[in-house]
Amino acid sequence: MNRFSRLFALLAMAVFAGCGKPEFSDAEKKTIASLALSALPPLKADTTNRFADVPAAAALGATLFFDVGMSGDGKVSCSTCHKIDRQFQDDLPRAVGVGRTNRRTMPLAGVAHDAWFFWDGRRDSLWAQALAPLENPLEQAGSRAAYAHYIKARFGERYERIFGPLPDLSKVPANASPLGSDAEKAAWSTMTEAQTEGVNGVFANIGKAIAAFERSIAPPMTRFDRFAAALATGIQPPQGEDALSPEEIRGLKLFIGKANCATCHTGPRFTDGSFHNTGVPPVANLPPDRGRIDAVAQVEADPFNCLGAFRDGDASACGELRFMVKAGPELIRAYKTPSLRGAASRPPYMHAGQFSSLDEVVAHYSKAPASVEGVSEIHPLQLSDRERAALVAFLETLAE
Amino acid sequence: MASLWRYVLAGLGLAALLAGVLAAVYLTAPQAPQRAGSEIARSKKTANGLFVARFEPERGVVRQGELQSWLLTLKTDAGTPVEGAAIAISGGMPQHRHGLPTSPQATDYLGDGCYRIDGVKFTMSGLWQLHFAISAAAGSDTVVFNVLL
Repeated sequence: MNRFSRLFALLAMAVFAGCGKPEFSDAEKKTIASLALSALPPLKADTTNRFADVPAAAALGATLFFDVGMSGDGKVSCSTCHKIDRQFQDDLPRAVGVGRTNRRTMPLAGVAHDAWFFWDGRRDSLWAQALAPLENPLEQAGSRAAYAHYIKARFGERYERIFGPLPDLSKVPANASPLGSDAEKAAWSTMTEAQTEGVNGVFANIGKAIAAFERSIAPPMTRFDRFAAALATGIQPPQGEDALSPEEIRGLKLFIGKANCATCHTGPRFTDGSFHNTGVPPVANLPPDRGRIDAVAQVEADPFNCLGAFRDGDASACGELRFMVKAGPELIRAYKTPSLRGAASRPPYMHAGQFSSLDEVVAHYSKAPASVEGVSEIHPLQLSDRERAALVAFLETLAE
Repeated sequence: MASLWRYVLAGLGLAALLAGVLAAVYLTAPQAPQRAGSEIARSKKTANGLFVARFEPERGVVRQGELQSWLLTLKTDAGTPVEGAAIAISGGMPQHRHGLPTSPQATDYLGDGCYRIDGVKFTMSGLWQLHFAISAAAGSDTVVFNVLL
């Protein structure tokens, strides 16, 4: 009996040791290393914006970013929705500027690594992106002529030290834009070519200054990154301050394994930067939103896009726009994969704030309902309650 | 005493059964789907055997998430370079029901049957497929290359 009970105890120990010790395979370790912040490459130079790494331009951009004077009603700035103490987002399902928009504010950490901007990629550079809210009647609701006058009156000297002489604005209407109200459009049509070119040039430089500032917004190191760094040195499993709990480790294994999250949420920013239909339901009573498919024409028509006249450097930087997918059913209701860094502390989720918690997000991906239009790329996962909770626990390590 | 023996034996028997079931499940589990039924040859005959095609990254390495140039080299069976070919490119990830994230195009003929394919980008790991429709003086043919990231 003694022999048998000893054998039994030995067997039990082996079984329990196997369950309790979180071992990672070499493939898992490789994937974990690829997700760590240390794998983020240095920010590439933006040759389309020759002021991208000019400190004075970034400083002016920071001023403009927080200046409510940069709006039609004098009450809204970039920072109204991109709040500095809230990961540069606003915690609202849909952003509220001068009016109510139909999309969730995106956070800005690491944004300069992106190729496409907005949820649907309707702009192709950080500086072209910064211009769109300035004239959107629901966001900052100003006109480019008014912004040019404002820059001259308020920051003329600073502007000219960076960008060179301002154009002659003496005969430029106070409010004019090719995109604005009927009155603003009419005023724009009375302007000479030299005047519109001058105003567009100042407007583009506003975007370039704001982009220079936004390039400095980097994602911070998280608990997951400390764990990954310790794991990479061969400590298995990482202990003490670098440790993840057994539940968080189960979540990490699911994230890079069975749950397929890391297929799209890939690399150190947890995004492939691309557009996918994942069957996220529309919000009732909002206008139809078809995502990427409707953004293609917008970015092509944007005079501030990479192939337009306001780009610095040569057109070799325009590969993304040049080789953009312009048609196809997979663009319908496709939205950009958001980064998951910090996501756990900034609900609600999805492009129109459809889900109020990560539990709801994970439940959606586990169930994988069909898309209301187009075809969802995701497949049902049948995750258990315990597995879903583990995934959420892991996501929280990316926000601590 | 004897009854305790029986419990221990029963416990061991159950453990052995469990181990057997687990082993059976693991041994019969399907292979990772992206590896099943796909080859990743860089050189092959086109579907109707009209050309021999070779597809490789211009700088030798495949990088995820970056726009890259690849080279498609077309020769006849006899090794003659295929010149003046019109090439249309499509593709995607069959397991994720989506196409390519970019629209690659043949942008340059480099001589010796070699065409530069610009705008190739693989945004995620897994199995990608690139379909080439090739039309040249000798006729039209197609070829599919698998790229596993």
